Amino acid sequence: MGTAIVDKNKNYLNEKSGLWSWLTTLDHKRIGIMYMIAVMFFFLLGGIFAMLIRAELFKVGPTLFTSPQYNQVMTLHGAIMVFMVIIPGIPAFLGNFFLPIQLGAKDVAFPRINLLSWYCLIVGAAVVFWSLLHHGVDTGWTFYTPYSISTSNGTTWVVAGAFIIGFSSILTGLNFIATVHKLRAPGMNFWRMPLFVWALYSTAILQVLATPVLGITLLLLVAERVMGIGIFDAKLGGDPVLFQHFFWFYSHPAVYIMILPAMGVVSELIATFSRKTIFGYKAIALSSVGIAAVSFFVWGHHMFVSGQSEVAGIIFSFLTMLVGVPTAIKVFNWVATIYKGSVRFDTPMLYALGFLFLFTIGGVTGIILATIATDVHFHDTYFVVAHFHYVMVGGTLMAIMGGIYYWIPKMFGRMYNEYWARITFVLIFVGFNVTFFPQFVLGALGMPRRYFDYLPVYEPLNRISSVGAWTIGVGFLIGLFVIIQAIFKGEKAPENPWGGKTLEWQTASPPPHENFHNQPVVTAGPYEYR
Amino acid sequence: MFWPSSAQASTFMPVQASKIAMHVDSLYEFLLWASLISCVLVIGGFILFSIKYKRKSESDRTPYISHNNLLEFLWSFIPFVVFMVVFAWGFFVYREMRTMPQDGLEILVEGQKWNWTFYYKSGKISAGELWVPENTPIKLVMTSKDVIHSFYLPAFRNKQDVVPGRYTALTFNAEKKGDYQVFCTEYCGDQHSAMLAKLHVVTREEFDRWLANDPYKGLSLTEIGQKVYGSRCAMCHSQSDVKMVGPGWKGLYGSSRTFVSGDPVAKVDENYIRESILNPNAKVVVGFGPASAMPTFAGQLSEQEIMAIIELIKGLK
Ligand code: HEC
Ligand SMILES: [Cu+2]
Ligand SMILES: [Cu+2]
Repeated sequence: MGTAIVDKNKNYLNEKSGLWSWLTTLDHKRIGIMYMIAVMFFFLLGGIFAMLIRAELFKVGPTLFTSPQYNQVMTLHGAIMVFMVIIPGIPAFLGNFFLPIQLGAKDVAFPRINLLSWYCLIVGAAVVFWSLLHHGVDTGWTFYTPYSISTSNGTTWVVAGAFIIGFSSILTGLNFIATVHKLRAPGMNFWRMPLFVWALYSTAILQVLATPVLGITLLLLVAERVMGIGIFDAKLGGDPVLFQHFFWFYSHPAVYIMILPAMGVVSELIATFSRKTIFGYKAIALSSVGIAAVSFFVWGHHMFVSGQSEVAGIIFSFLTMLVGVPTAIKVFNWVATIYKGSVRFDTPMLYALGFLFLFTIGGVTGIILATIATDVHFHDTYFVVAHFHYVMVGGTLMAIMGGIYYWIPKMFGRMYNEYWARITFVLIFVGFNVTFFPQFVLGALGMPRRYFDYLPVYEPLNRISSVGAWTIGVGFLIGLFVIIQAIFKGEKAPENPWGGKTLEWQTASPPPHENFHNQPVVTAGPYEYR
Repeated sequence: MFWPSSAQASTFMPVQASKIAMHVDSLYEFLLWASLISCVLVIGGFILFSIKYKRKSESDRTPYISHNNLLEFLWSFIPFVVFMVVFAWGFFVYREMRTMPQDGLEILVEGQKWNWTFYYKSGKISAGELWVPENTPIKLVMTSKDVIHSFYLPAFRNKQDVVPGRYTALTFNAEKKGDYQVFCTEYCGDQHSAMLAKLHVVTREEFDRWLANDPYKGLSLTEIGQKVYGSRCAMCHSQSDVKMVGPGWKGLYGSSRTFVSGDPVAKVDENYIRESILNPNAKVVVGFGPASAMPTFAGQLSEQEIMAIIELIKGLK
């Protein structure tokens, strides 16, 4: 190794101290940690709302809330989880921390913009919560017109907040694209980039291209509410369905903004814990790009019964089937990577396998929904609710948890408690299936979503679902303590506890301010376990 | 009971009330089997591998297998073929579902917060109850007075959004007599989950009799009022003094009302109630503004029904 004299005790955490040094930091690692804190806080809030929803639905009839209160809780749960947890969760938190290190770079391309994007999230979130003082918001996270035009004033604030948060996403994406193109270490060509980087790169393209459309749509909605310009409002000659086209033109790609980074994390976990070269590296990398590209042309599958033309519906059904192919490719390649591997079941790997399990179920039910004739029955029922929780929670959230446990030793230089971490995994995994599997059946039986109350036939399955939800809740609470305990009291972690091959494992734990004491030079691919 | 006894619901699907429901279910069943097989392959595969290849010692070495083009081709091509099969199958069933009958019975459906009104060509208006004859192609031409709703018939595996400012259509042909549930499946606010209706499928004769029949024959005005209340007003108004979406009706008649607009205080009499029903935004009561959440019932209620409601409210002391 190099000969430079370095202080081995200095790292990014202790280099400077004080709250101000954090709030004004330009270090991508510190910004990553600030995202971690923000996202965990939002997740706690969104989770509390989820628990309240399941409490209300535990039995027929009003339980805890009146219906307007329930509708607000349901809306906040969705909006917080989507815009403040799942979308920034992996890219802005884990991505911010590890993308530059995995590339062998000192930082992202635009550190100041990186900090700005964190403040966009915080300001946007504050504006969203401000709405609570203005009769809240009860539109559902989708803000469908014309309901969202006529309902309470809080809506304007939430929509404005989501608009600001959108900038956070755009700026992060921009930063990642520039970093990947410009700041790779010597020898790090595109085919040597870790799959996590590939996934973040595809995500970044989506963030930059799709999010502005959401921004414009939300601005139009605010203009509609405040000035009555009449684009979406049928009373003024507008077209309410146009809003749905605009909204899903962003929000379908956003589904992949949520899941692609998770797939990247899972690729890392499976390779490391199987201690084996990833199977089909190029297939996995390019399928991310493929998914990103096709995802722009499938938005109409949310609108099969909206009144869009039948021909459009059929074309969208066809195109949606195509997204299934690159997704299937990934899943099969992961399974093939485990084949003949040397598998260790540490908590991160448990989460990766949990991801594979739940995501597969989420994927096949996605095909059931993409099939136009069956979707007519399932659309806007609990079947859809179950499907997207299998993908978003079973997929993305599992990957975030796996990623956190995987990288805690690197981020904080400390190990977590393996025993308790596994217990939380079991609680979350089992609780998840108990919560959401019955919802497939509820949906097939016709129970519509966003219902404050339901017919008595649906009660037994709803009870099971609520019990499952509370199990997940307990799991995450214990998980939170495991993480906090690890950060402050965990045992000292070695540089490379898992035997990983990517660059972040070649530097100190926690890494120094400039990531590497000596500039790394890359001479081989990321998963060379020979 | 929710599901009528005339037809059997399976554990996992509602009753099948039409041929198309059967076709959708066959496709669904195929999808379920295909899903189950894929899940067993993938999930079974990784569980098997990860147990079989569990790490024995920290010095384990693994073979270097980077890729295999034949496998990549197979596991893209086979799913692709399956996807195309279900796409095409879905397309054919969907086409059947969406082909509108040339000579069916047309009924106009109007959604508004939070009830369904059905207009028959004979001039008959029905709220919350859709009556149709069996074995007849029915075409619903639908629109909304306020926000988007969605008309969902689980037993027919069919639904269609109901959009303000345009007409959408839904068709079905009921093969089995019985009562079926209608849901609203597009979120429309406060009482969305109470925006229900019943579909009654009856014989031709019963249907004709129902169409010709005066539903209020032999009822007192207050009884008629109760009926209208039940199908049109109950989701927003209580007959006690409990405040729901709108004010409770107990003691309303004869009381003094103050308005958001600052209009002079008014006493509730027959004309006030009539105006509240036909033009709710004319005077919005304090605590319920700025705009009234109440839709207008102009054109939906007959003079007799309005009088019956007034009579009902008068009686709530
Ligand atoms: C979507 C909910 C909704 C429905 C359905 C509804 N109302 Fe209302 N109603 C309201 C609201 C909100 C107000 C208070 C605002 C106002 O004065 O318009 C109101 C006010 C009234 C008032 C004036 C009460 C007062 O305190 O001065 C009358 C009378 C009335 N409604 C009658 C009816 C009748 C009769 C029906 C059924 C045919 C009906 N409403 C259906 C929401 C509704
Ligand atoms: Cu989509
Ligand atoms: Cu509704």
